[in-house]
Amino acid sequence: MATLKELTHREDRLAGGHRLCAGCGASIAMRQIMLGAGTDPLVVGCATGCLEVSTTIYPYTSWRIGYVHNAFENSAATVSGVEAAFKALKRAGKIPADKKIKFMAVGGDGGTYDIGLQSLSGAMERGHDMVYVCYDNGAYMNTGIQRSSATPKGAWATTSEVGAAQAGKQQKRKDLTSIIAAHNVAYAAQGSISHWKDLATKAEKAFAAEGPAFINVLATCPRGWRSAYNKSIEIAKLGVQTGYWPLFEVENGEWKMSTSSKGLVKAGRKPIEDFLKPQGRFKHLFAPENSDLLAEIQADVDDYWEYIKHRCGVE
Amino acid sequence: MAEVKTVATTGNLVVAEAMRQCKPDVVAAYPITPQTTIVEEYAKFVAQGRVHTEYVTVESEHSAMSACIGASAAGARVMTATASQGLALMWEELHIASGMRLPIVMANANRALSAPINIHCDHGDAMGARDTGWVILFAETAQEAYDNTIICLKVAEDPEVLLPAMTCLDGFITTHSIDRIELFDDETVADFVGEYEPANALLDTDSPVSHGCFAGLGGPFFEFKKAQRLAIDRSKGVVERVGAAFSELSGRPFGLVESDMMDDADLAIVVIGSTAGNARHVAKEMRAQGVKAGVVKVRCFRPFPQAELVAALKDAKAVAVLDRAESFGAEGGPLYLETRSALYDLETRMPVVNYIYGLGGSDVRLELIRQVYSDLSDIVSGSASPSGLVYLGAR
Ligand SMILES: Cc1ncc(C[n+]2csc(CCOP(=O)(O)OP(=O)(O)O)c2C)c(N)n1
Ligand code: SF4
Ligand SMILES: [Mg+2]
Repeated sequence: MATLKELTHREDRLAGGHRLCAGCGASIAMRQIMLGAGTDPLVVGCATGCLEVSTTIYPYTSWRIGYVHNAFENSAATVSGVEAAFKALKRAGKIPADKKIKFMAVGGDGGTYDIGLQSLSGAMERGHDMVYVCYDNGAYMNTGIQRSSATPKGAWATTSEVGAAQAGKQQKRKDLTSIIAAHNVAYAAQGSISHWKDLATKAEKAFAAEGPAFINVLATCPRGWRSAYNKSIEIAKLGVQTGYWPLFEVENGEWKMSTSSKGLVKAGRKPIEDFLKPQGRFKHLFAPENSDLLAEIQADVDDYWEYIKHRCGVE
Repeated sequence: MAEVKTVATTGNLVVAEAMRQCKPDVVAAYPITPQTTIVEEYAKFVAQGRVHTEYVTVESEHSAMSACIGASAAGARVMTATASQGLALMWEELHIASGMRLPIVMANANRALSAPINIHCDHGDAMGARDTGWVILFAETAQEAYDNTIICLKVAEDPEVLLPAMTCLDGFITTHSIDRIELFDDETVADFVGEYEPANALLDTDSPVSHGCFAGLGGPFFEFKKAQRLAIDRSKGVVERVGAAFSELSGRPFGLVESDMMDDADLAIVVIGSTAGNARHVAKEMRAQGVKAGVVKVRCFRPFPQAELVAALKDAKAVAVLDRAESFGAEGGPLYLETRSALYDLETRMPVVNYIYGLGGSDVRLELIRQVYSDLSDIVSGSASPSGLVYLGAR
């Protein structure tokens, strides 16, 4: 693992001046991961979404590396093609045999959990040497905060409204990281923008792994979460500390809980309310009539926590 | 000197052979009847080590075209093949391939679109893609499918063009029937298509570029589209030039529009694909009976060869356009609409009538073509007036 000093001397591959909101977790996730990726040349493919529209407004680009955007549901398939081209052009002698390039595909939770799941599954199964990064802000933010299968239960979103008949999203979040781990990829992990060292280390491992790797990053969206612009890191940290977002990795089939989460097993997790309270999208949950729902959400978090503990062999 | 080998085989197998001879760096494809034998044959080349191609066995046609786009943006020579539902599933990506100006070449084994599900020939799939910005050539025979595939690659990669190109052949009729075909040796094809020199390759990491940027309100979207329009307009001359060069090598004719017996024809049939052969056969019969019949085959549908079509038809007394595709709710089929529009500028306009035929592989019997010429005769003699769209041979 590179030291903080080393990391700070690495080139920032995503330039400032992009149009993401202040406090947006997506760019923080990208910068931490690309710092951890190392110094080999990197080519990235990005799905349609906030990150994409805000970083490549023609004639400008924030990407200091090769970048391709194709569509919403296919960043994994697109990068499959880029990586295939690299192999073939080496074979043809058009690219020197010792040339190294790393490949990264990126998507939001909508582009990954939902519409892009097939494309991602295909790419992971075929074994392309790429790291797929999902920045999970728990909704389709770019189109106006519609629910996705990553949206937490109870959250308000513009297609899971709050009213007399319904208190926000009715369903639990899909556990995508486990689904990808079940592809038996070389490396799969869950990280958070609040734990930069953990995330950068996971990125380093993911890029070092041969074959497909996957990182799911909790990435605050102040606009959609209805949270303060200067609280993004703090809220993401609460996501980890409440156990809503356990940090773990699956390396060659071996599940391992990351230190910051493992510490909570003894020290105790914060109640889920601590994560929900600073976010306006959960405001309705604190009305007296929704106390059962709140208890249900806590129970869901507990279940998932126990499941991850079990997978990681943590007592 | 080009060496030629004559073989008896199917359209699909010679498309695969043409692909191999074009040496694509990446092929990303997904199987669908009646395209399957193309991708199976190519998989054999890969297994035999006869190609350097990275063959990406994607999980869908949407991903096939997505991977082709990634590979092409990366700087690779890219080819693929599909049909029908597969082409429909790619629709979003077809626009992106042309909008990003990526010279991908794709064979399409023309097949009807569901529903009802059907695996046989019509042109509804390719016609549904006619406005996606691809250069589109149609083959009448397996030989033309081979020739068109090679021509498509050279056109697509021409720096004046840089657009994707589709090489279409009729499902089962051309894809699966065994025909006599002349193949070039590998070197001749390699020399003809040359090496691909990509512009702005993603893999050129010393000069990083961003592909697929956002050009929203107030951005240059409109100007990008104009540039694309100019490119496909320019491609017409390039198709002609490359076709002529290929023709010189092969000794076989190549035209955007190919006319038969049209010099003095009164009655003309305009047609695409394998049915041109049936039409020619019947036209000859008619000629033997003293009827001046002729056939105009449209080999290049995009860019649409308006001037060439007008030149071929201008002296005809009546024209029948045969469409193997619907354009539901429009006045007629796609070829009819474009042909009528092309003829609008003539000083004296002849009657132009439309027949929808052969959908879902419905049989194109010679008597149906005879009926068309006979209808045209009646129109010219005044014993019948031009009527609306006819479903030729429908029960
Ligand atoms: C095929 C298709 N369907 C829908 C859209 C509209 N769309 C664009 S971005 C987006 C949501 C993106 O959500 P996510 O992937 O979570 O990224 P975020 O915007 O939250 O960063 C949607 C629905 C589209 N571009 N393409
Ligand atoms: S809406 Fe959310 S995800 Fe989109 S740019 Fe703003 S903070 Fe980032
Ligand atoms: Mg999102």
